[in-house]
Amino acid sequence: MENLLDGWGITLATFSPLVGVAVMMLIPKEREDQHKLIALVTSLWVAFVGVLLLIWFDLDHTDKLQYVVDKVWIDVISSRYAVGIDGMSLPLILLTMLVVPLCIVYSWNHFPDPVNPKAFLILILILETGMIGTFVAQDLVLFFVFFEVVLLPMFFMIAVWGGDDRRYASLKFFLYTLFGSALMLVSFLALFFLTGADTFTFSGLADAVAAGGVSRNAQLWIFGGMFLGFGIKVPMFPFHTWLPDAHTQAPTVGSVILAAVLLKLGTYGFVRIAIPILPEAAVSWAPWIGLLAVVGIIYGALGCLAQTDMKRLIAFSSVAHMGFVMLGIATLTDFGINAAIMGMVAHGLITGMLFFLAGSVKERYHTLEISRLGGLLVQAPRMGWIFGFCAMASLGLPGLAGFWGEFPAILSAYNPGNGVPVETFRTFMVIAALGTVLAAGYLLWLLQRAAFGTPPEEFADDPHITDTTKHEWISWAPLLALIVAIGIYPNLVFRVTDGAVDASLTPCLSVEGEAAEKLDCAEVYKIGHDDGHGDGHDDDGHGDEHDDEHDDEHAASGN
Amino acid sequence: MAVDLLTLAFQRPHIDWHGIAPELVLLGVGALITLVDIVFLEKARPITAALAGLGLLATAVPLLTLAADGTDRVMFDGAYVVDEFSLVMKAIFLLSAYVVVLLSTNYVAEGDYWENEYYGLLLASVMGMVMMASARDLVSIFVALELLSIPAYLMVAWRKRDLRSNEAGLKYYLMGVFASAVMLYGMSLLYGVSGSTMLDDIGTAVAAAGSSVPVVTMAIVFIVAGFAFKVSAVPFHTWAPDVYEGAPTPVTAFLAVASKAAGFVALLVLVLVAFPSASDVWEPLVWILAAASMTVGNMVALRQTNVVRLMAYSGIAQTGFMIAPLAVAGHGGGSADQALSAVVTYLAIYAAMNLGAFAVIIVLARKTGSAETTSFAGAFHYAPGLTVAMTIFLFSLAGIPPLGGWFAKFEVFRVLATAGEPWGYVLAAVGAVNSVIALYYYAALARRMWADDAPDGDHAPVPMTPSLASALGICGIVTLAFGVAPQLVARFTDVTLAALGG
Repeated sequence: MENLLDGWGITLATFSPLVGVAVMMLIPKEREDQHKLIALVTSLWVAFVGVLLLIWFDLDHTDKLQYVVDKVWIDVISSRYAVGIDGMSLPLILLTMLVVPLCIVYSWNHFPDPVNPKAFLILILILETGMIGTFVAQDLVLFFVFFEVVLLPMFFMIAVWGGDDRRYASLKFFLYTLFGSALMLVSFLALFFLTGADTFTFSGLADAVAAGGVSRNAQLWIFGGMFLGFGIKVPMFPFHTWLPDAHTQAPTVGSVILAAVLLKLGTYGFVRIAIPILPEAAVSWAPWIGLLAVVGIIYGALGCLAQTDMKRLIAFSSVAHMGFVMLGIATLTDFGINAAIMGMVAHGLITGMLFFLAGSVKERYHTLEISRLGGLLVQAPRMGWIFGFCAMASLGLPGLAGFWGEFPAILSAYNPGNGVPVETFRTFMVIAALGTVLAAGYLLWLLQRAAFGTPPEEFADDPHITDTTKHEWISWAPLLALIVAIGIYPNLVFRVTDGAVDASLTPCLSVEGEAAEKLDCAEVYKIGHDDGHGDGHDDDGHGDEHDDEHDDEHAASGN
Repeated sequence: MAVDLLTLAFQRPHIDWHGIAPELVLLGVGALITLVDIVFLEKARPITAALAGLGLLATAVPLLTLAADGTDRVMFDGAYVVDEFSLVMKAIFLLSAYVVVLLSTNYVAEGDYWENEYYGLLLASVMGMVMMASARDLVSIFVALELLSIPAYLMVAWRKRDLRSNEAGLKYYLMGVFASAVMLYGMSLLYGVSGSTMLDDIGTAVAAAGSSVPVVTMAIVFIVAGFAFKVSAVPFHTWAPDVYEGAPTPVTAFLAVASKAAGFVALLVLVLVAFPSASDVWEPLVWILAAASMTVGNMVALRQTNVVRLMAYSGIAQTGFMIAPLAVAGHGGGSADQALSAVVTYLAIYAAMNLGAFAVIIVLARKTGSAETTSFAGAFHYAPGLTVAMTIFLFSLAGIPPLGGWFAKFEVFRVLATAGEPWGYVLAAVGAVNSVIALYYYAALARRMWADDAPDGDHAPVPMTPSLASALGICGIVTLAFGVAPQLVARFTDVTLAALGG
């Protein structure tokens, strides 16, 4: 069937939630069931549009933007309503569209205090518009607007429905993110002015920079501004301190959306904007990004070991996992960035699941103090097993999604892109590998303390502690299935992302190629590259054929 | 014989009746209100507010015909000009004044204050602003300034049985007169240098004299300082919090929006027409005013416990943002035009969002009887609509997309970045950091309204009136529309001054 959504499918998907919001605004808040129904139907409708977008997505040309719309938006500042989907954004958009309805189902009968489903669901739908919009935007101003739209609903979700310390956490979240994005905006504008391209579209700016409009020094500064904006959102060490507070205080659903999608806005910004537009600066910044990434991996893991609160522990594990993603990005290789996008998807699924579980545990035990928990497997065996499964997935067990995020990211650090110091990244690789050991340590320890053993006395005969409920099953099953599916067949994601990543790195590779010739490092690169390729064979074992293919292409373009 | 001589000496200047039609309509309405008061006395009370509101809207009609006509009109030998810039500014003044009338309707009636005089003075003050937008020589600028200020002094002290209102009126009067005096001194120096009161001539004379002449520098510093009082820029801001707090809240809204905008109009015209060549004098001056206003305003706002004082300091910080584009307006190559558009855009959006915020404050204060931030707690539980509206206005002031304020800030940043010089970038970075600081108190107030419990658990609904509701509706829709489709506002504010060759 021909593609019926071309030209308007993205707009439909992005703004449909707002239609739901408009309808809900008109209904008095006492009619809670109607609100729940409208929100669910709206989010399912968006997911349905998402499925159609996937069906008509041309998988043979993932490097091309599809469903493109490019219309004048704010003429005076040459900003355009330019949207499109390519292989890099598609998985993240689908993840968003999946997570939102699941969150609505999950909260069906247990809205946190002060209940008010109307306001809560409206905020979730506004969030959905912001998140999808950020992933489809192809214009810096449009991107910035959507990037910020996400802030407000999340702020209120934490501030109104959050835990005891919500006032502090919500403001901290807001201020950190806004600080980054304010400087990011200034660097966007500097980029706009310095290129003289008279356009804010990503491709237009990338071309203008490639044509040599911007001095190297200015590029470094501009990249620095973007780095702050995206890095705080990721969050990278040392900007991560808002995350544990926000996660711990947010209501369950807020935590899930925060972990599953919001954190990805930062990493997505790096691969979509910062690196393709400013490849030269990216090469110079790469070692520093890599350094902060591995510091984040180790620091996050050590932080986890020290936590006494289950939700806070999962939050710190996010810092570590996003460290792997950033490490993959910092290598500036096709392989590394593919791994990073896989890491984003896997982290979204797994950590989202873990936060769901933490929410359910909290609801049953009314505490998340790890020392007071125990015996989940006895009291709620199914939930206990799901918890164990997610912990395994999170620590990167092969065969589950987490593995394909971490392992290739580490591997790619062995052989970073041209112009990026090889020795440094190999050191990072070793440190990151140690991080996976720590990850296994804190997750298994958490599992052992919370799920194993006999239930503590205070909860032994508590009738509230039931096994997984129907709503929980409905909202968790798709995530669990996907964790397994992607784990067994990672090509589900890699096939989509690969072409787009390759295309986005093309300017990077060519610029680096010239730089390398000047420095006469081409030989070193070639040798290093061949090594990496060989190792890839040894370590990968089976199932990584695709990535090997990829290395070949990479070698071809690199040489 | 003597009569003949007089008729010979006096030649009636050519009057472009269409060009001054808005002023004439406004004058007519003002006179009508006074007349109605004299004739009908107390019986006229219920209709004066409506009359004033309709009058302001009627004044907008000739503005539309002038805009449709589209030619720049120069009257009275260049002293009075109707160009794009003046039309847009007049529209902003009239619409803000209309919203202020809506806000005042119940406030003034319920407080048992004199109504007819209030609206008469309000219209007189608006008249001064409308004239200010067209004034292009020192004398007419000064007359317009006094015409807009003197009624405002009276209106600030309108709650005459309240000591704080009296104090505010006196303080505003003394400070205002002091600022006028400083400004007049600067103007007299300019006249001394150029021998003319026309801004065009002064521009030529200043360019010829060169900025190294100390007299010119002094004149510029005095004039900029005088208007810095008017727009409440640091360090000339000290009157604002006390006056804002003491004045009746609708008057505060009027001062914070319309009166400030009028100050900006004069500042823009003077700087861009009279001393464009002396940019090395006023650029650093404006830079310091902008950076100081943003930083000091925000820092002090963090500590406020009264919403009106909070809005006063936030207004000071916003002034810093508004004035910032002028710090790079002297670089030639269209930088003056860009700065002008950015300031006008900011003024238009600021008018909508700030008036909206004051509207919510007025409505909520009708219930709580207090403007302390604590009394706003838990408003979400009994007035969800108002809380959402206030959230929109507050976060718009903070510059969060997709609410109007983001585009205003964006334009400022764009102009600063486009100048392409280090000082521009530094000021942009100062602005970026400041917008984060500002977010703290805006978000804290919003959070208090959403998340805290209402004091005394009082969940009684808020009394609402049609005029307040329509004021809120206008401001809310405009704020949202400007944010989602900035083209709406940008199309009108992409203006030039006739003197700049537009």
